[in-house]
Amino acid sequence: MHRFANPAQFNRLADAVMPWAMVATVLLFGAGLYYALAGSPPDYQQGESVRVMYVHVPAAWMGMFVYVVMAVASFAALAWRHPLALLAGKAAAPIGATFTALALITGALWGKPMWGTYWVWDGRLTSVLVQFFLYLGYMALWKSMEDEEKAGNAASILALVGLVNIPIIKFSVDWWSTLHQPASVMRLDGPTIDGAMLVPLFLMAAAYQVYFTVVFIWRMKFEINNRKLSVMRSVDMGH
Amino acid sequence: MSAQPSVSSVFVALVRRDMALAWSQGGASLLALGFFLIAVSLFPFGVGPEPQILARIAPGVIWVVALLACVVSLDRLYQADYEDGSLDDLTLSPLGLVGVAGAKVLAHWLSTTLPLAIAAPALAVLLNLPDAGYPVLVASLLIGTPALSLIGSIGASLTVAVRRGGVLMFLLILPLYVPTLIFGVGAVDAAVTMSDPLPHLALLAATTLVATVVGLAASAAALKLAME
Repeated sequence: MHRFANPAQFNRLADAVMPWAMVATVLLFGAGLYYALAGSPPDYQQGESVRVMYVHVPAAWMGMFVYVVMAVASFAALAWRHPLALLAGKAAAPIGATFTALALITGALWGKPMWGTYWVWDGRLTSVLVQFFLYLGYMALWKSMEDEEKAGNAASILALVGLVNIPIIKFSVDWWSTLHQPASVMRLDGPTIDGAMLVPLFLMAAAYQVYFTVVFIWRMKFEINNRKLSVMRSVDMGH
Repeated sequence: MSAQPSVSSVFVALVRRDMALAWSQGGASLLALGFFLIAVSLFPFGVGPEPQILARIAPGVIWVVALLACVVSLDRLYQADYEDGSLDDLTLSPLGLVGVAGAKVLAHWLSTTLPLAIAAPALAVLLNLPDAGYPVLVASLLIGTPALSLIGSIGASLTVAVRRGGVLMFLLILPLYVPTLIFGVGAVDAAVTMSDPLPHLALLAATTLVATVVGLAASAAALKLAME
């Protein structure tokens, strides 16, 4: 664990992963978008608008995934005083917030033709909206104090408290029967989606995942350099 | 050399002190109660005075305004003691920080959020709540208001070192209030529509229990980190 606490070590690992992740992002988005937009059949009920799914569902998955990444980083930061973990949470939050916003917006655009409304206050939509607010609160807490470490610690506690929302999002469609369809991919008895749609869905999910890796490494490097800069500045000013 | 006071006597003393401060001049309790009364009575002007509409929205309006009134009263829960250093002294008491948070939350509930539950039926009259709703409205607020104080304590402790943390606290706390609000309003709505409010009340009680565990632990951790 503490092997990665060294920024130089992290930078070496990041530089090794980065070129592969960038190539994989381009290839997977290329293949994923082709299958999503052209290479897969329209749905027998939804027609062409089913293609929103290939943008919407991976975005919703990533919104939750990044939240868990942020919470794990927060836990490491609080439990082991791990300075890179604190920055990892900070680096992940805006990416996760963007994925969540993308899921909410594409969901609304998909909902209008399918359900006849952009928004309903059901369990799934509400809990994802709460997740978005939790990201905003986390980022606002980071910005609220001059002492970066104090701000980061407070934000980390909020991230851990907000973790209770993740199972609520996952199971909301089973607990409350609503317009949002129940799980059709992550099921114990196997997916109920046709294979021709699973291919683009998984390609897009993989593309989002490596895209996250690329942006996350970028933001981590930015945060590490930022931290170095502020340390140098405070030394300069004789603090 | 005096004997170490017992944990329970320190706890009771802290609860009494905080309650006295809350009800003294400049305390938050009367302000929260006043906010509750005035904000609820704005709704008939906003949505119109039709009794059916008011009756339909009464449980939701009362619950939403109660939780807003709770947040309004929270911004000095830890901050005053943090700024004048008494929080550092309290840390050294035999209570421990979880005990300090517990005492302060209990005092906040007794002095500020519990009066909201007691005042609620009077406001429900103004909003024309159907008769069947009253017992459940009070029951749901009695069960749910501790969760409001407990979850609010998380936001108050996280923003304790932030100079103007009031608005930030709203942003942090309100999303966490959503389950409490859903189950609280659900219970009253069930009673009004003559269905069984018990499942909602049970879920509300579960929310309060979870909030007790998470709220006190998170508040204690946040206070500890803020005082380093």
